[in-house]
Amino acid sequence: MRTDTIDRFAASLSGADASCTRVEAAGLPDALDDVVEQPAVGVPLGIDGVSLEDTDVEMRPTPRLLRESETGVTRVHGIVDYGTFVIQADEAGTEPVSLYPTTHLGVVCASDLHESVEETASWLGEEFDEGRDSAVLATGASATADMGELVSGVHGPQRVHAVVLTDR
Amino acid sequence: MSADRERKAAKIRHLLETEGDAVFENTTHVNAGRYETNGHRDDIDELRTEARAIKEDAIERLPELIETVRESVEANGGEVYVAEDAADANRYITEVAESKDAHTLAKSKSMTTEEIDVNDALESAGVDVTETDLGEFVVQVADEAPSHLVGPAFHKSTADIATLFNAHFDTDEPLETAEDLTQFARDHVGEKIMDADVGMTGANFVFAESGTIALVTNEGNARKCVVTPDTHVAVAGVEKLVPSVDDFPPFAELIARAAGGQDIATYLSLVSPPVDSPVVDFDEPDEPLDGSTDDREFHLVLLDNGRIEMREDDELRETLNCIRCGACANSCANFQHVGGHAFGGETYTGGIATGWETGVHGIDAAAEFNDLCTGCSRCVDACPVKIDIPWINTVVRDRINRGTDREFDWLVEGLTPDADPGGVDLQKRLFGNFGTLAKFGSATAPVSNWLADWVSLRAVMERVAGVDRRRDLPEFRRETLVDWFASCEPLATAGDADREAVLYPDTYTNYVLVDRGKAAVRTLEALGVDVSVVPSHESGRAPLSQGMIATARENAERVADGLNPHLDAGRDVVVVEPSDLAAFRREYGRLLDGERAQRIAANSYEVMEYVYGLLENGADADVLAGGGNVAYHSHCQQRTLGVDQYTEAVFERLGYDVVTSDVECCGMAGSFGYKSEYYELSVDVGETLADQFEEQNVDRRRLVASGASCHEQLGSLLPQDSTHPVELVAPTIERGPRTR
Repeated sequence: MRTDTIDRFAASLSGADASCTRVEAAGLPDALDDVVEQPAVGVPLGIDGVSLEDTDVEMRPTPRLLRESETGVTRVHGIVDYGTFVIQADEAGTEPVSLYPTTHLGVVCASDLHESVEETASWLGEEFDEGRDSAVLATGASATADMGELVSGVHGPQRVHAVVLTDR
Repeated sequence: MSADRERKAAKIRHLLETEGDAVFENTTHVNAGRYETNGHRDDIDELRTEARAIKEDAIERLPELIETVRESVEANGGEVYVAEDAADANRYITEVAESKDAHTLAKSKSMTTEEIDVNDALESAGVDVTETDLGEFVVQVADEAPSHLVGPAFHKSTADIATLFNAHFDTDEPLETAEDLTQFARDHVGEKIMDADVGMTGANFVFAESGTIALVTNEGNARKCVVTPDTHVAVAGVEKLVPSVDDFPPFAELIARAAGGQDIATYLSLVSPPVDSPVVDFDEPDEPLDGSTDDREFHLVLLDNGRIEMREDDELRETLNCIRCGACANSCANFQHVGGHAFGGETYTGGIATGWETGVHGIDAAAEFNDLCTGCSRCVDACPVKIDIPWINTVVRDRINRGTDREFDWLVEGLTPDADPGGVDLQKRLFGNFGTLAKFGSATAPVSNWLADWVSLRAVMERVAGVDRRRDLPEFRRETLVDWFASCEPLATAGDADREAVLYPDTYTNYVLVDRGKAAVRTLEALGVDVSVVPSHESGRAPLSQGMIATARENAERVADGLNPHLDAGRDVVVVEPSDLAAFRREYGRLLDGERAQRIAANSYEVMEYVYGLLENGADADVLAGGGNVAYHSHCQQRTLGVDQYTEAVFERLGYDVVTSDVECCGMAGSFGYKSEYYELSVDVGETLADQFEEQNVDRRRLVASGASCHEQLGSLLPQDSTHPVELVAPTIERGPRTR
């Protein structure tokens, strides 16, 4: 059941030109070594038993790091239907870290995958009530057709990569 | 041609030459994307209904929602200011900028800020404003007005933008491709965002209960404008208020499909400012964000500027449902060809602009372009919140007619055959009374037709009434359909089936294209229907298209009176001309009282829809003419009613090989193509249809069109004649002369 959900999320990501890696929580640091383009900046993920401290990801973002990093690593939730990331703003800087670097790498627990926009809304409603009241639904790379043809990589990330923690 | 008509024609001609190609490419691309992505779900109509209900309820509760959002934003730590008008909003915004000692402001795309010209106000206060949406940035660099609600630079091609940027900026190498231009603009604008003292956004929706604003973008610029500087000003019309953030799903599903042909927008931000994210101060590049102690400031400026009055106005209120997706522009054949610099007012563009411009800038702002809405109704299906945009255009046209004071109005009113006031322009009055004119033309044919060909008369008609002399006028037939029907015997099979129908003799079918009426009678009788044809009034379509609502209502009442006994007798109403069927099914709901309108709508059928129903219920298809190659153009209003599918289904059943057009409208649109100021636009629109058919080797097929004006347009653009579908399938057997 869960594998099926992840499969469909991965398929939707691929439709949005985003890539996907699946890994168990314990394997995250190694997986990041493989997929993260350096330099990278991140914020604490807040997932039990998972830490980025032993990786090459710089964990105290500064404006300079936002500007110069290739990759930004944050936790996200996912929407299966569209391969969407739900990025919740926080004081640590999840929003700018997911926004400024060229690549956004979203770490998503399998249990944080929501089937549809509708389902996401009922979860988000509760989050809003708890005070976590700013979130971005981000699907694929930033893009524009304003110059006459579709071009990826405008103000937001040019590449999007999901790492799904299959056992979380 | 009168000076005013010549001025309009010249403006349109200029825009067709300079901006037409880029607008066409951009709008038709996203319009096709809308059809495709809507096809990915089977519940689009349910979502539209849901979205509409949310908006309608919110508009109803607007005063209460303003109070709710004031409380929630203040509880979040922000401020709400309800601005009465543009000057009030600009004063507040410049005061905020001054209080922050701001010199730079980065702004994401917002039509509401265009409405109040906030950039000018800020520049006067010494604040440097940068538009960060790349389309808006292009328009800002060019010092032009946006030509589209969503694609402000839809009127510019890649080459146009390259020329603009290369002249304006000092780049190492000349910019050429869309990628070059995007990268350059992104970097240039990106620096401005990092340097900005204030971030300004609009809001696609404002959720009152949590003080949350929704921002929909693909570029990510709005996200950066919100998160980077410590001060955020959001400007939104009061109509953007929606009760709760729980209401966002239908809008999230609909807005990007309608606007850009995407299943979902790249970014949908739901932010409740001031946001928790740390301020990103690029002047302190090595200061960790999590140590940021900067306080954030947030101001929500809710703009009235006429909206509260629109809410009180039973007709203009409809406009407030608009979510500014631009689908009405993309689905509009006229807009696709000429763009928003013609089809738009001071701020807003496309079909819905008539409502916005009337409400926020005044009716004169709408009067200039309102006639570009032909009422083809293709935007009705496109609108994600089910706004009846053609009706708003009709109502405003009616008000424009009434608002014009002309000398001798009192004299005109006594002499005209209609119920509208004297202010109506002669051109509109002429076309609005087409039913009366056709009756006279038929009674005096062929003399009326000789006169119509007389060059001197055509020159006078063009000068006085703006009827373009490059168009052939309809040729009136001496024997009307009604006369013919009465003069001959029904086919022997008539009455064999268990159905009785009254064929509505619309003006064109009765006086001009009589053969399609005869074919309809023969077809129905061959299929066993007991048919009657009785004299009727013009449906009201003609005056309606000129904004003459009083006359349309009078005609509708007369038609309803005439049809009543037939409906009482259990007869179905069969209509040949799709625009008249559309009047019965759509506009009569606004012209007649509910029950009367409903009865006509429920019992009326387009002729091929009726044939389809008969065949489905066991009528013998073999009595009809089948086989052959057909190129079929269905009628715009027929497509909106969803009845074009029946013509295609009947063709298929009868073994025809059919190719179809997929343009939104032929461009003739009733009287539109006859009007001298719009003739060239009408031909430009029609050529897209002709080109499409020529690519499909139409010369080797029978050309078939459902609408009278489509028939006229095709006849003027292609060498071959067209017929109505029912003429193609009608049996060859003729009715005999009446014997007694």
